[in-house]
Amino acid sequence: MLRSSPFVQLYLARLREFYRQPARIFWVYGFPTLLAVVLGLAFQSRPPAPIPVHLADGPYAGPIVEAIQDHNRKLGSSPSDPPGGARAILPPINLAVVPESEAIRLLNTGKTTLVILPETSVSWTYRYDPTRPEATAARQVVDQVLQEAAGRVNPRQTRDLQVTEAGSRYIDFLIPGLIGVNAMGGGLWGIGFFLVNLRIAKLLKCFVATPMPRRDFLGAILAARLTFLIPDLAVLLLLGSLAFGMPIRGSLLLVILIDVVGALAFAGIGLLVASRVRTTEAVSGLMNLVMIPMYLLSGVFFSSDHFPERFQPLIQALPLTQLVGALRKVLLEGAGLVEVSSSVCILTAWAVVTFSLALRWFRWT
Amino acid sequence: MISEWAIRVRELRKQYPGRDGPVDAVNGIDLEIPRGECFGLLGPNGAGKTTTVEILEGLNQPTSGEVEVLGLRWEGDETRIRERIGVTLQETRFPDKETVRELVTLFRSFYNSGLEPDEAIARVSLEVKANALVEQLSGGQQQRLAVAVALVGDPEVLFLDEPTTGLDPQSRRQLWEVIRDLRSRGRTVLLTTHYMDEAERLCDRVAIIDHGKIIALGSPAELIARLGADHIIEFALEGNGSPIDPAVFARLDSVLTARVDGDGYLLTVGEPHRALPELLDELEALERPLARLTTRHASLEDVFVALTGRHLRDDTEEENSSGGSRARRRWSWGRRSR
Repeated sequence: MLRSSPFVQLYLARLREFYRQPARIFWVYGFPTLLAVVLGLAFQSRPPAPIPVHLADGPYAGPIVEAIQDHNRKLGSSPSDPPGGARAILPPINLAVVPESEAIRLLNTGKTTLVILPETSVSWTYRYDPTRPEATAARQVVDQVLQEAAGRVNPRQTRDLQVTEAGSRYIDFLIPGLIGVNAMGGGLWGIGFFLVNLRIAKLLKCFVATPMPRRDFLGAILAARLTFLIPDLAVLLLLGSLAFGMPIRGSLLLVILIDVVGALAFAGIGLLVASRVRTTEAVSGLMNLVMIPMYLLSGVFFSSDHFPERFQPLIQALPLTQLVGALRKVLLEGAGLVEVSSSVCILTAWAVVTFSLALRWFRWT
Repeated sequence: MISEWAIRVRELRKQYPGRDGPVDAVNGIDLEIPRGECFGLLGPNGAGKTTTVEILEGLNQPTSGEVEVLGLRWEGDETRIRERIGVTLQETRFPDKETVRELVTLFRSFYNSGLEPDEAIARVSLEVKANALVEQLSGGQQQRLAVAVALVGDPEVLFLDEPTTGLDPQSRRQLWEVIRDLRSRGRTVLLTTHYMDEAERLCDRVAIIDHGKIIALGSPAELIARLGADHIIEFALEGNGSPIDPAVFARLDSVLTARVDGDGYLLTVGEPHRALPELLDELEALERPLARLTTRHASLEDVFVALTGRHLRDDTEEENSSGGSRARRRWSWGRRSR
């Protein structure tokens, strides 16, 4: 029964063709995992890094060195402030004492953020580039440390409550982005590029020379695409939640539904891209034309909110923006179907429009 | 609806838009192929063979003309025809990572009735490779796989487009066996080739196509007989003397035609034992010693050359000197103008 079904046979053939090529498995599953691990580690939240500061040597340098060493020592001895402690948590200061000319040279070449030039025992100059945010921050920290060491008392009590919560870190932002990128790559490579290669190899022609039902052929390719989506999604979700503790706050079923609708939209785009093209070069160019703008604009690696207001309607119309946005809402904010319904509708519209155009234009021979 | 004809074609034309106006790839072809025949379409590259075959296979639309396959027409009966024909295209590249049996099983699933996959594999003698991946097959084995894929629906008509192009002699022979086997089972085979020897060995009838038209049709033996003489003498002269007008040789006893061929001359001869002494006498009289001389039986290749003034496999000559070859044909043959 199964043996004589063209749909089943075509579906199995497509699966075999994929899993028998280890290189493809790496690029589809291994590479995004690797990317997530590397970027996740690179942008991990860390305690504040020491601030590099250079002090010009001279007769008045001593008290400054002392005050800063005292500050660093306190940080080391009391890692956690007592509750209600008035001290703000300041980063350690990495102070080096060098001749004045050397300090200026280091500042001019960008090797240090802040130079302190002592004038008398009670006055000194900060020299820094105010256009560098880290230099301004360094000036504030150093000034506060030195002023407090000289006896300044803060007139108001403040308290710092520091939050490093799962769901707001870069890796939590990244994983839904990579799931979206996988759905896009799957549609364009797994359907668009695949079909063009069949056409180049004359296999499409060979298929249509038989009584093969064409809907079975397209159905099998779509079914295979959705099958590949399962490990696609599982690998990244497992990596995110097991290795990085990413929360899955919304319904997993809704996550799957959104990914399937997104995958169908990209399958339609892939089919459209492949509908007429006869060469590998042309299909690669077309795929880049489709994918690169979405890589950049759709908020995969950094938020698309940073782009100017007038581009937002365009950016919001892109399927990847909607897919990634909806996945983030469900995974990180626990949104329900109602809150992501506009995204699901836009993705469905992409799927319907691209499929109907592609089926009209598709060239079999 | 049983038709005695496997294929009937009337006034078939196919026009493609070209840079200098439309190009007639197929320019008025009529063809009737009875069931059970092995029929060859011969012609140089670009003669219109593949276009013709693809129209018959329903993969290309004719500009005008009528096509019937097994008494059915493509418009309206496509699925019924497809169930009953098998197609091997030129240069199909099957997916590397499928095994022979998997691929044949896949194609079997497209047909309502047909052979067991292993039976189709056996017909092309690929049993030992049934579990091998496509990428592990030689060129000849891949070509036989393409035939197995076309056979698995147990077709009444099998189309083979240049099945042996690019194969080594042994692989060609193996494929010829497959085709002979099919013919012995009463199947109709339509094959295109530019190998004349292949057509001579396999085909009951052949049609020679040039510039989208059939310029000769008949059994290989008939076509060769139409030359009027079935021996060929080829010779070349030593030294760099002035070229001799081939008409000189055409006057010799038993010589039908004479023409320049490459660096030498080619004579079509009825009885070599009468022509040869005269030829040698003539050359002695002209004081032109021989560099080489061979005699052989006439082949379909000679038929093609006689009809077109060109060799089947040189694709460039016509471009370079179409005027010259046409002129040469006129005075050496004269009896057929295009």
